[in-house]
Amino acid sequence: MESRKTMSNYRIQGATGEWEVVIGLEVHAQVTSNAKLFSGASTAFGAEPNTQVSLVDAAMPGMLPVPNRECIRQAVRTGMAIEAQINRWSRFDRKNYFYADLPQGYQISQLYHPLVGEGQLLIDADEKAGIPEDKVIGIERIHVEQDAGKLMHDQHPTMSYVDLNRSGVALMEIVSMPDMRSPAEAGAYVRKLRSILRYVGSCDGNMEEGSMRADVNVSVRKPGGELGTRTETKNVNSVRFVMQVIEYEANRQVDVIENGGSVDQETRLFDPGTGTTRTMRSKEDAHDYRYFPDPDLLPLELEDSFLEECRASLPELPDAKRKRYESELGLTPYNARELTAEVETFARFETLLAATAAKIGKSEAKVATQVANWALSVAPGVVKSLGDEADMANATAAAQASILAMQDKGEISGGQAKEIYEIVLKDGGEPETIADEKGLKQVSDTGAIEAAIEEILANNEDKVEQYRGGKDKLFGFFVGQTMKAMQGKANPAVVNQILKDKLG
Amino acid sequence: MSELTDLGVKAIRDGVAGGSFTAREVAEAFNAAVAEAADLNAFIVTTPDHALAAADAADAKRARGEDLGIMGGVPIGMKDLFATRGVQTTAASHILEGFTPQYESTVSQKLWDAGAGMLGKLNLDQFAMGSSNETSYFGNVSSPWKKNGTNAAMSPGGSSGGSSSAVAARIAPAATGTDTGGSIRQPAAFTGICGIKPTYGRCSRWGVVAFASSLDQAGPMARSVEDCAIMLEAMAGFDPKDATSLKLDVPQWEAGLSADLKGKKIGIPKEYRMDGTDEAILKSWEQGKEWLRDAGAEIVDISLPHTKYALPAYYIVAPAEASSNLARYDGVRYGLRDLPDGAGLQDMYAATRAAGFGDEVKRRILIGTYVLSAGFYDAYYTQAQKIRTLVSQDFEQAFGQCDAILAPTTPTASFPLGSLNEDPLTMYLNDVFAVPASLAGLPAMSVPAMVNDDGLPLGLQIVGKPFDEQGVLNTGLAIQQRAGFDAQPDKWW
Repeated sequence: MESRKTMSNYRIQGATGEWEVVIGLEVHAQVTSNAKLFSGASTAFGAEPNTQVSLVDAAMPGMLPVPNRECIRQAVRTGMAIEAQINRWSRFDRKNYFYADLPQGYQISQLYHPLVGEGQLLIDADEKAGIPEDKVIGIERIHVEQDAGKLMHDQHPTMSYVDLNRSGVALMEIVSMPDMRSPAEAGAYVRKLRSILRYVGSCDGNMEEGSMRADVNVSVRKPGGELGTRTETKNVNSVRFVMQVIEYEANRQVDVIENGGSVDQETRLFDPGTGTTRTMRSKEDAHDYRYFPDPDLLPLELEDSFLEECRASLPELPDAKRKRYESELGLTPYNARELTAEVETFARFETLLAATAAKIGKSEAKVATQVANWALSVAPGVVKSLGDEADMANATAAAQASILAMQDKGEISGGQAKEIYEIVLKDGGEPETIADEKGLKQVSDTGAIEAAIEEILANNEDKVEQYRGGKDKLFGFFVGQTMKAMQGKANPAVVNQILKDKLG
Repeated sequence: MSELTDLGVKAIRDGVAGGSFTAREVAEAFNAAVAEAADLNAFIVTTPDHALAAADAADAKRARGEDLGIMGGVPIGMKDLFATRGVQTTAASHILEGFTPQYESTVSQKLWDAGAGMLGKLNLDQFAMGSSNETSYFGNVSSPWKKNGTNAAMSPGGSSGGSSSAVAARIAPAATGTDTGGSIRQPAAFTGICGIKPTYGRCSRWGVVAFASSLDQAGPMARSVEDCAIMLEAMAGFDPKDATSLKLDVPQWEAGLSADLKGKKIGIPKEYRMDGTDEAILKSWEQGKEWLRDAGAEIVDISLPHTKYALPAYYIVAPAEASSNLARYDGVRYGLRDLPDGAGLQDMYAATRAAGFGDEVKRRILIGTYVLSAGFYDAYYTQAQKIRTLVSQDFEQAFGQCDAILAPTTPTASFPLGSLNEDPLTMYLNDVFAVPASLAGLPAMSVPAMVNDDGLPLGLQIVGKPFDEQGVLNTGLAIQQRAGFDAQPDKWW
């Protein structure tokens, strides 16, 4: 892929010259489903410890895993969303190791035959962040696996407690190619991946609750040279931390190499307090996981009808939506990108767009720019200025569409729109009623405006002469006088038209 | 009238339904027989109240004129590998000593639903690993049989040795067994009873303590082919809780029984004529051919060329799965916990598992861990899986020429307890004829043929096509009718 070769300008300046950073990410995304991957237990976050544990999750003797079709479906849909190859035949393997948060003594995962094969994801150009152009990041695979439970070390002076609520929850492990070259690219990748997952609805993307976390693989090399030895920093749970890990690791590795050492292939942990990483276990301590096909489970074979249903259920995805916003709605690239970045943003926008178009009686394309400006800049400005006073329950699409419709008809000015929206947010109420009651309307009544203009022209005959003599700039003076006479409520377009007619 | 404890499943069921005796009388008779037979050590725990409650329920149903179920009023023994709600379930291990499940295995629940009751939990080789019932934490099980002129305790076979001993001693009319590499068929052969391992997936594995998941199958052990047919019908059936369960209706095996084998071809695999096989066993095999010919079948020679690789492959695949399946016994959530002073997590694991597992279990965990390790996986596990495929293909090809296969169940008759302990490999050879059908997931049954010169029973094995339990049972019935096996051990317990 040509664009994969795009050079990032991110470099570590070492004593021996410039170093390039090579980054790959393994993102663990919790699959959105009511039940766990192989048991019927609930997956809701924040429940009391050990209240969402089935006999299977606790690995009681004789218990057996049964795949949850919904988890498989979500992973397949995710694979389709990154244009990946979906493997019609895949298989679960056991990854064997002992730990107190792993009841079975093995994690059911997919090493040899993952559900989803190679795909890709586009990160958007962001000049400010150092991403000069759009870049395609390769995705090696997505496999499905069980999460482990959680140890709690702070509940007892000498003992650790085990909470198995997470035990058996379905995760997708999304493994990128080592295609990223800067912290900014890695950050953009995680944000874009998160956006796609949320569009698809296969993961809520909530990094704080641990629904999404990344293992960050970093190595350094002389630009374009041989790949260096990588380290893997585990369980990084925010975009900012991912970027910090890369920054820290890259610099640390350059230091090690330039001081005559070599980078150890090892697993590291990130300390958010200090922004540094430290060794968790070295290659020598690496587990032998003794992977083998799980004999409790048959291979997973996907039927055409299942795949068709998965594909049909996919929503419009961020890149396609963005293109459509530009081509069909005529939005600027900036607005299109901003509006499509997050599920909530586009959902609010599209609701408001539909409501506004209906209210005005024009096509969506005709009102899209007005609505986009309102949604991205005007409305957030009003909300921000109100702070805690804003009751967002009042921020209905109907109310906003009414305001936009009045503005479109010339009944209210931009300033009045903001004022009305302020009142709506604070106190509720119908925008039309508010406009009437508070006198927040423009006068478009040509009679009243004509009368006012005639009086102004009569009182300013000298300026009328000068204007007609070629001093065009005086037009603004007449407009100002008229608006003042109308107490700011005259429709500027009407004022302009009448003035032009009268001044000849 | 003979003693109630001489009756089998069909006779008890029909007798209760017909009012010849009450289910309670039957349960009381067997409870008493069980209580007298402590010397056999067949049971780890007895559950007379369970048997009585089920019997009373059957009697009450009869009084109301309701259907009693296909096992109505029949008390059985339950191998202690099946989880039973509220009743200790140990897999004959120390690590699960005292473990009482809150759940009932699918197979045991189906049996209770069919009207059966439980006499107790039967002893077995620890985690079903063994061929002589000498690896149980709760002591050896003795066969009711003795070698002529000796008083040495004989092996009831394994791992379902408590089951075979109890049924042969008539302290239970039938019992559940599980078969991973012969654990139903070999003990059945050693004790002169019938036992069938159905097609892999026929009986749910849910709630059965796992040994080797891709091989484990539950099945009935009883004194007649008819009784096995009835009980298997009660045990089998699709279970959504077991992903390897077969989505097939359960045939009416009892109703379908027929000893007429006209038009059937029975294959005789030449590779089963192995060195070290007893003359008497070979003689019984020859006799078996005659009986089946007499029943109308045509005897054909077949070849299963990869037979000699089956046992080594089995001893890679089964321990590999076991090493992983037994990882859950770690002292964290249930069962034994050995936490030495000042010990950390790793120390607790080591102490708990060292104390909780017996030598044979440890041996298989070590073998399994080894064959799955990095650098050995391809040489052992992958190769063994290839052999497994070849063994299955052998059978597929053979079934192009025949409807069922007749072979010995074991290479020898039972042996005295303690006589084979020195050499695990000799012990493993006991299952050399049983393992190929396990690897291929095929239905296979052992039926008693005769006693040898030592007065010990010998069994014949029938292996059938996938899902053709009926063909296996029918072939077994033809042998049963002609063998007229009616030998019984003298009561010494």
